[in-house]
Amino acid sequence: MTLVKKLRWVALAAIPVLFIGAFFYWPLIKIFSHALGGEEIEDFKSLLFSGSFHQIAWFTVWQAFLSTVLTMVLALPTAYLMARYSFRGRRIFQIVTTVPFVLPTVVVAGAFTALFERFGLDEGAFRLRHTVWALLAAHVFFNLAIAIRTVSSFWSGLDPRIEEQAKLLGATPWHIFRKITFPRLIPVLAAASSIVFLFCLTSFGVVLLLAGPTRATIETEIWRQAIWRGDIATASSLAVIQLVAVLAMVLLMNYLQRRQAVVENRMDFVYEKAPRKLFAGNIFLLFVMIGLPIIILFESSLTVGDGYSFQNFASLADRVTLVPVSAITALKNSLLFAFVATIFASLLGCIASFVVVHGRRWVSNLFDIGMMFPLGISAVVLGFGMLISLDAPPLDLRSSWILVPIAHSLLGIPFVMRAVIPTLRRIDPSLRESATLLGASPRQVSRHIDFPIALRALSVGAAFAFAISIGEFGATSFLPRNPDRLTAPLVLFRLLGAPGETLRGQAMALAVVLMTITALAVILVEGSFFKKETIRSDF
Amino acid sequence: MKKKSLFIILLLAVVMISACGEEEERTVTLLTHDSFWISEGVFQDFTKQTGVTVELQMAGDTGQLLASAILTASNPAADVIFGIDNTFLQRALDAEIFSAYESPALVHIPEEIQLDSQHRVTPIDFGDVCINYWIDSFDANLPVPENLDDLINPKYYGQLVVQNPETSSPGLAFLLATIAEYGEDWEAWWEALKNNGVTVTSGWEDAYEGEFVAGGGDRPLVVSYASSPPAEVIYSEIPINSPPTGVLTDTCFRQIEFAGIVNGANNQESAEALVDFMLSERFQEDIPNSMLMFPASVNAELPQIFSEFAEVVETPYMLDPEFIEENRNDWTERWTEIVLR
Repeated sequence: MTLVKKLRWVALAAIPVLFIGAFFYWPLIKIFSHALGGEEIEDFKSLLFSGSFHQIAWFTVWQAFLSTVLTMVLALPTAYLMARYSFRGRRIFQIVTTVPFVLPTVVVAGAFTALFERFGLDEGAFRLRHTVWALLAAHVFFNLAIAIRTVSSFWSGLDPRIEEQAKLLGATPWHIFRKITFPRLIPVLAAASSIVFLFCLTSFGVVLLLAGPTRATIETEIWRQAIWRGDIATASSLAVIQLVAVLAMVLLMNYLQRRQAVVENRMDFVYEKAPRKLFAGNIFLLFVMIGLPIIILFESSLTVGDGYSFQNFASLADRVTLVPVSAITALKNSLLFAFVATIFASLLGCIASFVVVHGRRWVSNLFDIGMMFPLGISAVVLGFGMLISLDAPPLDLRSSWILVPIAHSLLGIPFVMRAVIPTLRRIDPSLRESATLLGASPRQVSRHIDFPIALRALSVGAAFAFAISIGEFGATSFLPRNPDRLTAPLVLFRLLGAPGETLRGQAMALAVVLMTITALAVILVEGSFFKKETIRSDF
Repeated sequence: MKKKSLFIILLLAVVMISACGEEEERTVTLLTHDSFWISEGVFQDFTKQTGVTVELQMAGDTGQLLASAILTASNPAADVIFGIDNTFLQRALDAEIFSAYESPALVHIPEEIQLDSQHRVTPIDFGDVCINYWIDSFDANLPVPENLDDLINPKYYGQLVVQNPETSSPGLAFLLATIAEYGEDWEAWWEALKNNGVTVTSGWEDAYEGEFVAGGGDRPLVVSYASSPPAEVIYSEIPINSPPTGVLTDTCFRQIEFAGIVNGANNQESAEALVDFMLSERFQEDIPNSMLMFPASVNAELPQIFSEFAEVVETPYMLDPEFIEENRNDWTERWTEIVLR
């Protein structure tokens, strides 16, 4: 490489490094050094060897592990259907599976509680309320979307002829799956489950509300120590331990993903119509896992007194005396933040993905792992870190609204990367080689080959980044804020935080509107990018 | 590349926004919790009187507010902090985040809620955490319980829902009420309550909106506020004349919320003016409707819905903030062992 090219490369890589350095690592370093300077090391040791910590850590890990396994297993049938068959209502499938992701945890917990009551599962022998099962169900509900979307988009790019040949040779479907399909899916399964695992490891609201007061995870324990006991030192120690666990996890997944990366010809084959049984089975599965809680939510948003009406929706424009802004204003704020966060996440995520795929080994690893970390850090600790680190020029952002979309984009970047990297890796080298042979410059190659292909994957990532931002509650609630800039989930939480039927009704209506907006955003984002033949038309 | 230039524009925007922080006009920054709100026009009146604009910052619940305030003590973001209550007061005083200011308006504030003799904090409002009951669930056969003793009576088996004092502010207040009542014997009372089928939730929302009858649950007794019944009337879907809930006035713990001027505040003078204003009738009389709390000032008139439906608790339980701070962690740990394990 010439010097100029090298410099250009470094400059490109520096953009995400600076961003995540200033807004993630710097705050973390500040809070850890503030809380853990010197003699706290002894406390750290005693914490590490205390029985109650072991109990909490064990629960945290096994519930996250079980949630991830359940999510991945339940996602496979739908991912298969969406990857391999054509069917009516494909788009609706995509939307329905994305929506849960955006719902604020308070709402989901409420929907599940109502669901348990409806089916008599809140008490007695089949009690689900305040049990681990409720927590697992909610985790599957939240994360099924990520799993289905990431896996199916990768799966659809695998050459189906190999399976067809095996079938002709007499292999059973189970055999084909085990020996041919599954091994080729490992990279994407690793990618998807690493994200799901991180989410379950650090989930907060669902644990508090659904698992009941007797269960604690490291994340809720950090919150309890920092907020209720004012013990930032213990909270930070716990956050460090959590971070180490996250690092181990990310390294493992990174290894699996890399080892198994397959290069295949992307096939534009004609989709067969989905077999009726498969289709019906999937509908049933999704109905139970995702549909029921959402239906309950719709019902409670329409419930007024003993009957149904749209009154709750009509009142969204009014400001309730207890809450600084009307629900509509909060929605506008949320949309603006989500828009900015999506732009940040898409740009930075794309650059980072490019570096991961084309950079040297160590740079690539560093980027891949370094950008994943925000998903594994406690929101309380990051919020407090930002509070004490971004308090002086040039980054005096403590009272600025931009802090919210920045924090959201930190969570969105890993999603963009998970979507883009496997696709970039899979680009057939012969495609790039022939382009180079035909006289294309490296820049033309990336512009005409990498970029269009990445764009399609980006659309999935961007949709998730948007959904995350619009429904984000944890990190947002730990950032300082101006009352005019409250986001919709924060207002929703406030509405649920006071007695009175109208407030509860408004909260449910707001949740439904949030859900609808996300659905529309997904259609818009994916619709505008989803031009199928971009890859071939250039050649 | 378009992408890159767009990013540079956005980055510039960030820098510009951060650079625009310094403003010419005089402002005073009030840091508070999420439950704070005051009617439109109230702070505008303050600006008219003094020429000072109030900039509002919010930082989650009371615990988070206090933790943020302590963390930023060396470079405070606010001039005045409002919302730290008597259960957290001593921690704030120990951390020396407030400086003393004795407002002339304190003459209208009852002595018993002025908890800091050095006036580092000023009481602004108060409320009572009490057991609420669903009126229709009780009748001649099952009379409404009256006090804490009644709650462990088997007649009321499985009827009460409380919050975890380790994760909820009313939950903590209720635990403190029982400690104020039973002293050393509080553990025995909670053991009896556990055997009497008490339900525990992590927070108020889950208890009131989930388990309590008002939120669609089936438990007729819940730890909430003395001001919850008027809220049921104000926010009822179908206009109602009287609340469906009542308050057990002999089970209440008093929470007092304070304002304090931050040590090292940039605008000492404006901060003092703001504290004075928060004790004025204009501000005090707006508190009930905006925040569902009672004004601290004896001069403030209550709105009709409050004077009609909010129970005024004559002799609430109270504990010395220093005593609370010394023992809180031991108490909540013991409580967890007794009730949750």
